[in-house]
Amino acid sequence: MKLLRELRAEGKGQDMAALLKRIPYARFLGIEVERKGNELTLVLPFQDHLIGNVALPALHGGTIGAFLEFTAAIQLLFDTESERLPKTIDISIDYLRSGRPVTTYGRAIITKHGRRVANVRAEAWQEDRTRLIATAHGHFLLTPVGE
Amino acid sequence: MTDAGNSGWAEHSIHEHLAHIPHARALGVELLAYRDGHCVVRLPYAEQLVGDPDTGVIHGGVITAVLDNASGMAVPREGLAPEQRAIATLDLRIDYMRPAEPHVDLIVTADCYQVTRSVAFVRASATQSDGERLIASSVATFMLGANRAAPPGFSNLGDSK
Repeated sequence: MKLLRELRAEGKGQDMAALLKRIPYARFLGIEVERKGNELTLVLPFQDHLIGNVALPALHGGTIGAFLEFTAAIQLLFDTESERLPKTIDISIDYLRSGRPVTTYGRAIITKHGRRVANVRAEAWQEDRTRLIATAHGHFLLTPVGE
Repeated sequence: MTDAGNSGWAEHSIHEHLAHIPHARALGVELLAYRDGHCVVRLPYAEQLVGDPDTGVIHGGVITAVLDNASGMAVPREGLAPEQRAIATLDLRIDYMRPAEPHVDLIVTADCYQVTRSVAFVRASATQSDGERLIASSVATFMLGANRAAPPGFSNLGDSK
């Protein structure tokens, strides 16, 4: 409610970097966003506390899942004016390769944008865009402005 | 492993395992109960885990991470050869029933309900410590023997018969 309204009032309705800075868990993970025109790429720089398996080492599956969830939600907020942050109804994550201790990138595509529910697909990769480390698809509950 | 029976070393090992997962430590995951194929963890509420600053509700991704972590720990390791004990999540599907109440701990219970030679199937659910309200539930599949590097706590279990 307040958060998105405040950002709009400051003229930052589509400034996803400003939004991520105000979400504690996004700061905890260290998520950043790069924008080129209307294309968003979420960026997760490597940090030690994101590791799940020290023997490999590999990123924690939960880190990657959370990152993909952010990727989907941020794309939704960028594309539509909302009253509140989207609520995840369900998300399904496929892990394709282990996440190495380097920067991870994420992009999302909105498959279907209904008035109340959106279906979103997201994918994550590291050095090579063609070698995805994980994909996700999920449904998000939306609150259009004015509701 | 000099003392105790199977459950003794299993619980000791799982504590060691959890202590060596940097992201679980960063989140603050605590082990409440463990036996081979089953585990219960607690996630204390923390400001840094908040996903919606307007409400103080923790981010869905936090729940994703804890469900993934608990589900992985519920994969049975007894009777597995050391090189089989390293697991990798194949997929994880989560349904979110309702937002977690702010300032209340999260309790996640995971059960492995089927295991084949190479795949383990795990169900998990997240509730809150102040009641029975279901916050989220998940199903996950894990590949056994996913790599050569078994994580600490599982690499030194010793062969069980």
